[in-house]
Amino acid sequence: MSSVAPVDLPAEKGQDTYQEALSGTARVKRGLTSRGATIAALVIAVLWTIPTFGLLISSFRPAELIQETGWWTIFQNPGFTLDNYREVLFSPSQSSPQLGAYFVNSLAIAIPATIFPIVFASMAAYAFAWIKFRFLNWLFIFIFALQIVPIQMALVPLLQTFSTWLRPGQEWLHEIIPIIPVQNYLPLWIAHTIFALPLLIFLLHNFISEIPGEVIEAARVDGASHSQIFLRIVLPLATPALASVAIFQFLWVWNDLLVALIFSGGTQDVAPLTQRLAEMVGSRGQDWQLLTAGAFVSLVVPLIVFFSLQRYFVRGLLAGSTKG
Amino acid sequence: MTTADLLGKILQVVMGLAVFAAIIGLLIFLMNRAPKKGRDYWQLSLFLAPVVFLLAIGLVWPAIRTTGLAFLNNAGEFTWDNFVWMFTQPAAIRTLVNTVVWVLLVPTLSTALGLAYAVFIDKARGERYYKALVFMPMAISFVGAGIIWRFVYEYNSAGQEQIGLLNAFVVLFGGQPVQWMQTDPINTVLLIVVMIWIQTGFSMVVLSAAIKGIPAEQIEAAQLDGTNPWQRFMNVTVPGIRGALVVVLTTISIATLKVFDIVRTMTGGNFNTSVVANEMYVQAFRASEIGRGSALAVILFVLVLPIVIYNVNVLRQQREIR
Repeated sequence: MSSVAPVDLPAEKGQDTYQEALSGTARVKRGLTSRGATIAALVIAVLWTIPTFGLLISSFRPAELIQETGWWTIFQNPGFTLDNYREVLFSPSQSSPQLGAYFVNSLAIAIPATIFPIVFASMAAYAFAWIKFRFLNWLFIFIFALQIVPIQMALVPLLQTFSTWLRPGQEWLHEIIPIIPVQNYLPLWIAHTIFALPLLIFLLHNFISEIPGEVIEAARVDGASHSQIFLRIVLPLATPALASVAIFQFLWVWNDLLVALIFSGGTQDVAPLTQRLAEMVGSRGQDWQLLTAGAFVSLVVPLIVFFSLQRYFVRGLLAGSTKG
Repeated sequence: MTTADLLGKILQVVMGLAVFAAIIGLLIFLMNRAPKKGRDYWQLSLFLAPVVFLLAIGLVWPAIRTTGLAFLNNAGEFTWDNFVWMFTQPAAIRTLVNTVVWVLLVPTLSTALGLAYAVFIDKARGERYYKALVFMPMAISFVGAGIIWRFVYEYNSAGQEQIGLLNAFVVLFGGQPVQWMQTDPINTVLLIVVMIWIQTGFSMVVLSAAIKGIPAEQIEAAQLDGTNPWQRFMNVTVPGIRGALVVVLTTISIATLKVFDIVRTMTGGNFNTSVVANEMYVQAFRASEIGRGSALAVILFVLVLPIVIYNVNVLRQQREIR
């Protein structure tokens, strides 16, 4: 089986042609990039960055200064403090946002809700790509079409289903292991998994179907079963694709508000950061020292993911859009 | 949060992952034990079983049931009232109108801006950094974006120093500060700005990649023919990225139709800013008007349906080519 290892990964191949195209056009004299275009681009870039920048600056300013002076007067009204972050994250007082607990919830929701659908979707994508049956084509198109059924269509009935079938299980679990509350992460994991499946299956199918047919055929001839091919050949070869898709799914779940509002119950036990922040905007909309710092607590993980893994992020996005 | 709470949460995640691994293990075990006769069929079924089961209980059945609920009143009798309500009550009509305004403005403006920006920075020095700046809003949550922009739109009464950037500019040029989020109809426009701020990065990245895919020879040839940059843009670049343009427009349209978080965070749908997705949540989960909420969900589905059909057709053509 080692002979099949150095196969070109489909995703990597895309990257190469991209690079070639880049160096190819670089030879052409710069066409539209005149001075005017550069200035326009600078203006847009600055406009796009300023709102976030202002929030970041403000989150480090003392409360009185935020309330009384604009953040752009930071040099006339200097002041720097970490109190806002200390307050939103660690203050145990009941009236504080206590975002620490919600931060843990966001992670505890997002990590399984990324792994579950990706494993299921890659299994389905493999079946759609490499097991030939006549009706499969139709099933695939049907699942693709499901992608655009609005989540809103599913919320009410799914909530009813959960309270009938899932709730007793949760209560039973709570009785056996009291440390796990009745209201736990399970409904959110399942809901996120379901809602992610159609798009993930489609994206992963694109990658997995591009694995050269000879590789799969050779393994079949050697007597490998589908499960062996899937685990030993397809998954390792699709790893870059899985990484891109995983980043997307992780950010989607981390940033979600709607699913959380409906399935989390809204308590500290389960609710993610986004839900807590939305609630704070409603109840403490003028306490900018809390809102600015709170917003950045929720932004920091996506921003780290974005800036460190931008290449995968862009690749996943392009795969999802240019092929669909 | 106490240590016990934290332990409970970690335990939940670990148990969840363990149970999941066990399910996958069981599936693979069953695959390997599948009867020799019709083995491919058995394995196929097991590969697809989790997905088919989850989609059936989580999307297909709920979608059918929601459609049914849309035609029931709170007593469970058949009625058209939910749809009548939607198209006759001023507040509900306003919601529909707002949604249409969103769908007209967001895809066109963010695609145009993204395209312009992609062309401006194409092959410029520091292109990567330019891209990262505009693309960054894509990574953050709508809730985060909502807070960022609420701060820009913040209002202090006249005479006080303004801490919101927009009002600071208004005052700088001699105007009176405005309560942006309470003023209809400018508030809807300002919410739309937030969505454009987010989606422009998406269209820019996709279109930029498409522009780089245009063969250099085509642009060289056009240059030799003595065309000016604008002519090259209209006659070479735009036709060359038509496919990507369609994808960007449809994707952003769907995202816009479903927009919820921005409205929820910034105005809560008050002051005539509500849209269909927000109203659906309010009716179904706050006002306990399940029928009305379901009817709004159905409308949402009907609105995205043309885009679905179009995309499915494209997909089928692609699969026939292969």
